[in-house]
Amino acid sequence: MSDKKQLVVIGNGMVGHKFLQSMVSSDVMQDYEITTFCEETRFAYDRVHLSSYFSGKTEEDLSLVEPGFFEENNITVHVGDRVSNIDRSRKVVSSANGQVIPYDKVVLATGSFPFVPPIPGHERDNCFVYRTIDDLVDIAKAGEESKVGVVIGGGLLGLEAAKALKDLGLKTHVVEFAPRLMAVQIDDGAGAVLRKKIEELGVSVHTQKNTQGIVDGEECLHRMNFADGSHIETDVILFSAGIRPRDDIARDCGLSLGERGGIIVNDHCQTSDEDIYAIGECALWDGKIFGLVAPGYQMAQVVADQLSAKENSFSGADMSTKLKLMGVDVASIGDAHATTEKAKIYTYVNGADDVYKKIVVSEDNKRLLGAVLIGDTVDYGNLLQLRLNNITLPEYPDSLILPQRDGSGATGLGVEALPDAAQICSCFDVSKGALCQAVSDGATTMSALKEVTSATTGCGGCTALVGQVLNKELEKLGMDVNTDLCEHFAYTRQDLYHLVRVGKIKTFDEMIEKHGKGYGCDICKPTIASILASCWNDYVLETPHAGLQDTNDRYLANIQKNGTYSIVPRIAGGEITPDKLIVLGEVGKKYNLYTKITGGQRIDLFGARQEELPIIWKELIDAGFETGHAYGKSLRTVKSCVGSTWCRYGVADSVTTAIDLENRYKGLRAPHKIKFAVSGCTRECAEAQSKDVGVIATENGWNLYLCGNGGMKPRHGDLFATDLDYETMIKYIDRFLMFYVKTADRLQRTSTWMTNLDGGIDYLREVVIEDSLGLAETFEAEMQIVVDAYQCEWKTTVENEEKSKSFNAFVNSDKGDSQIVFVPERDQIRPARKEEIAAKLN
Amino acid sequence: MVNELMSKDVDICALTDLNENAGTAALVDDIQLALFYVKKLEKVYALSNYDPFSEANVLSRGIIGSLGDELVVASPVYKQHFNLETGQCVEDEKVSIPAYPVEIINGRVVLGSIG
Ligand code: SRM
Ligand SMILES: Cc1cc2nc3c(=O)[nH]c(=O)nc-3n(C[C@H](O)[C@H](O)[C@H](O)COP(=O)(O)OP(=O)(O)OC[C@H]3O[C@@H](n4cnc5c(N)ncnc54)[C@H](O)[C@@H]3O)c2cc1C
Ligand code: SF4
Ligand code: FES
Repeated sequence: MSDKKQLVVIGNGMVGHKFLQSMVSSDVMQDYEITTFCEETRFAYDRVHLSSYFSGKTEEDLSLVEPGFFEENNITVHVGDRVSNIDRSRKVVSSANGQVIPYDKVVLATGSFPFVPPIPGHERDNCFVYRTIDDLVDIAKAGEESKVGVVIGGGLLGLEAAKALKDLGLKTHVVEFAPRLMAVQIDDGAGAVLRKKIEELGVSVHTQKNTQGIVDGEECLHRMNFADGSHIETDVILFSAGIRPRDDIARDCGLSLGERGGIIVNDHCQTSDEDIYAIGECALWDGKIFGLVAPGYQMAQVVADQLSAKENSFSGADMSTKLKLMGVDVASIGDAHATTEKAKIYTYVNGADDVYKKIVVSEDNKRLLGAVLIGDTVDYGNLLQLRLNNITLPEYPDSLILPQRDGSGATGLGVEALPDAAQICSCFDVSKGALCQAVSDGATTMSALKEVTSATTGCGGCTALVGQVLNKELEKLGMDVNTDLCEHFAYTRQDLYHLVRVGKIKTFDEMIEKHGKGYGCDICKPTIASILASCWNDYVLETPHAGLQDTNDRYLANIQKNGTYSIVPRIAGGEITPDKLIVLGEVGKKYNLYTKITGGQRIDLFGARQEELPIIWKELIDAGFETGHAYGKSLRTVKSCVGSTWCRYGVADSVTTAIDLENRYKGLRAPHKIKFAVSGCTRECAEAQSKDVGVIATENGWNLYLCGNGGMKPRHGDLFATDLDYETMIKYIDRFLMFYVKTADRLQRTSTWMTNLDGGIDYLREVVIEDSLGLAETFEAEMQIVVDAYQCEWKTTVENEEKSKSFNAFVNSDKGDSQIVFVPERDQIRPARKEEIAAKLN
Repeated sequence: MVNELMSKDVDICALTDLNENAGTAALVDDIQLALFYVKKLEKVYALSNYDPFSEANVLSRGIIGSLGDELVVASPVYKQHFNLETGQCVEDEKVSIPAYPVEIINGRVVLGSIG
């Protein structure tokens, strides 16, 4: 055995994994040999966003473990194996699968389990808890054959579970023992508002119900009998009646536990055995269990620091929360129930809008003690900071929650008033000072700030405040919060798009005269050219447009490193006749082009000189090819699998659909390139989920995925709608694409656009499916204009002598560029390297 | 900068042969030039067509425009900017490319020493 210290981490949940990450980035990593036990069959995943598993997120999306994490950091992991015993006298842990590992230090990160009340019948079929991905898989399966679902427990998690049942299409009930929902966090007034809102969403709420037994039902699988004599019938039951710390192995080895469970730890997160630590939801600190992830993360850091001999201790955590429960905004801060002596309460109730706000302040009216917000939580960030930093309140504290109707600006005191130490992002413990530092070090956009500090990437609750800090800092640094496209146009791309449409502007000169200044540049010219094309779809090489285009668009081909170009004819859906294949081969041979099958199911011919482009394209067009727009920020390929025509598993004709889609959207100019794919069944051979638009056949129609991406930062597409018929799907795609074209930034793929879209996929569904902006018809009409105006740019070009001439290498000579040199490789050409050119030219 | 092109006047082409507000390549004594016609100023500028960053003759295919008060062309390959009048690279002060005097005379584009 090595002379390294043996560290065993029990539990690879959110907190256990955070601890491993903290260790990896500590200075003492090389002093330890780490082994971890992961009872579940999957490595750590994001339990906080567990419910998003139902809205299309996959296991990989939720995973918190970077691929290769354990191997690269030499951490031994036993997956699907539970630690069954800690022998403190021999200092070994042993596991259910028979592993026996000696230790110097142990970290318990065993989390908690959902409490299931011992109601007779609780172990019947289709009774579940809501904690792991496996639970969700089981629930979804049961949901398929069920009509009614009941959640026992109306707390935070219970309401989240109710939303999941509702989304599975079940008639949903919430049964709560207490007189109101979310009894721990909110008061009666707020509970009433919340209840009303939730019932409006079609979920029945039953409070003060004590379930006495679960027996066979008449219409459904179960009948739940309540103490008051009433009953409900249901097919599925979810228990969400609180959590209990998993302290069994700690108990067995004699560590001190709290009276009602939980492994007692000190400020260093040490248990009663100084070589054993406990962190996360299994740990009991100062008599409290913290059922949130942020305090667990703090504990993980404390222990990592202990092991690195760095001073750090856990001093409790704020349990304030802000959430959206079934679309209802809910927040609770500090002493929400006004249990502090002589506390004063201010309440604002707006029955018409279902808004309820309450603040609890100290006797002297100077300090905020707590707050409850339902229906409108924009004040949450400000209020939380007032409380955490003990900031003196304004003279009339109720002004903090009264609506600002006269435009006088909000009272919240703003981020200015916060000290540097104020914690803005609790998930990642990022202070205001750290944010300011990051901004002055150059992170001057939200995305840069996110990347550097991780703020906002957890629960997202701090986004608004982080944005305010950023803007204030930029202001202080004398920087405008600049969203201008470039120095020539003081507008965003979205503004410019609007100006072009509304002003019916047709040329760049007109645009810069009316709305810009200077001569333009390599940023605004292609951007405006693209907008003009999205709106009016004119021929891109028309004189006023030609000089605006990036070189690829200007020469309708992709420039290569030596100044030559590639040629990519469209091969819609990847389908090509043998005759056409022969033409490509012949053209390649005749002009001595390097040929390659691309990653987009078509054929690329490389090494064409600028002056050869028109003649080569003429041959291709005569043979029935058209441009593939491989050069454009526009539709590239619609990849397809072979589909039901040939494949024994296919349930629909993916090839025909792919070809139809490609032909419909070819030529659409957009903020960035757009790729589609169509798969004929769920095996997904066309990899549709990695495309901007992905279509997968089902028994009942087409599933539509949006905003996927391969490339630099892969993203799985979101499942947008299911079982669509072809016409509806086209409508949705029209609307989606036009909305993207209209609102995205320059060079923003749909995936980054989606990541930045306020409200995300749900908002997109509102716009596209529910037509919340009232623009659906306009989008469809605008798309039709583009579709109707389609022309093959290469056809137009080769038919126009003047335009063809502009491809000549030199205006005053018939010669070509003599410095373009090729050498042979594997029976084809490749660009010569610098030394090879020198040798050849001399 | 002194170089071999400056000693003689060369008639290159008609002004109407040039691409408006864009570049056009020309060949003079085996030297590749990038000509840029800025319509608003009724002026033509000439730089070497060779892009020292991509090591290819491509500058005539770049987009022209302004950065502050400077008129510039952006390389189509890696996007560095060069001043149209001086050939100075905006991003890297150590790099500059040859710039040539050029005039519009009677609708013709003429390269040469002026005055
Ligand atoms: C030829 C090809 C590689 C190949 O030999 O297979 C290729 C070649 C280039 N890709 Fe690609 N990409 C090719 C398929 C892909 C794919 C695979 C696919 O489409 O299924 C991807 C990942 C999928 C995706 O886009 O989500 C891909 C992701 C990129 C990216 C990264 C985009 C991103 O959002 O992260 C770039 C850079 C960019 O666009 O900014 C890029 C840029 C380029 C450029 C245009 C770089 C450039 O500016 O010179 C290359 C030009 C080639 C040329 O001259 O024709 N290429 N590129 C493929 C052409 C497909 C086609 O038939 O049109
Ligand atoms: C649906 C849902 C929504 C939530 N929403 C939020 C939210 O919005 N905000 C928030 O802050 N928190 C939220 N939480 C709570 C948050 O998920 C927990 O606070 C967090 O997961 C606690 O991390 P942990 O590592 O302590 O426990 P866990 O994540 O539960 O990890 C413990 C792991 O240890 C394993 N384990 C246990 N015993 C052993 C053993 N003997 N051997 C090996 N492995 C073992 C368990 O199987 C488990 O995988 C939510 C939880 C749920 C279920
Ligand atoms: S991966 Fe990079 S090098 Fe390869 S084709 Fe794409 S852009 Fe070019
Ligand atoms: S507070 Fe959760 S992400 Fe910042």
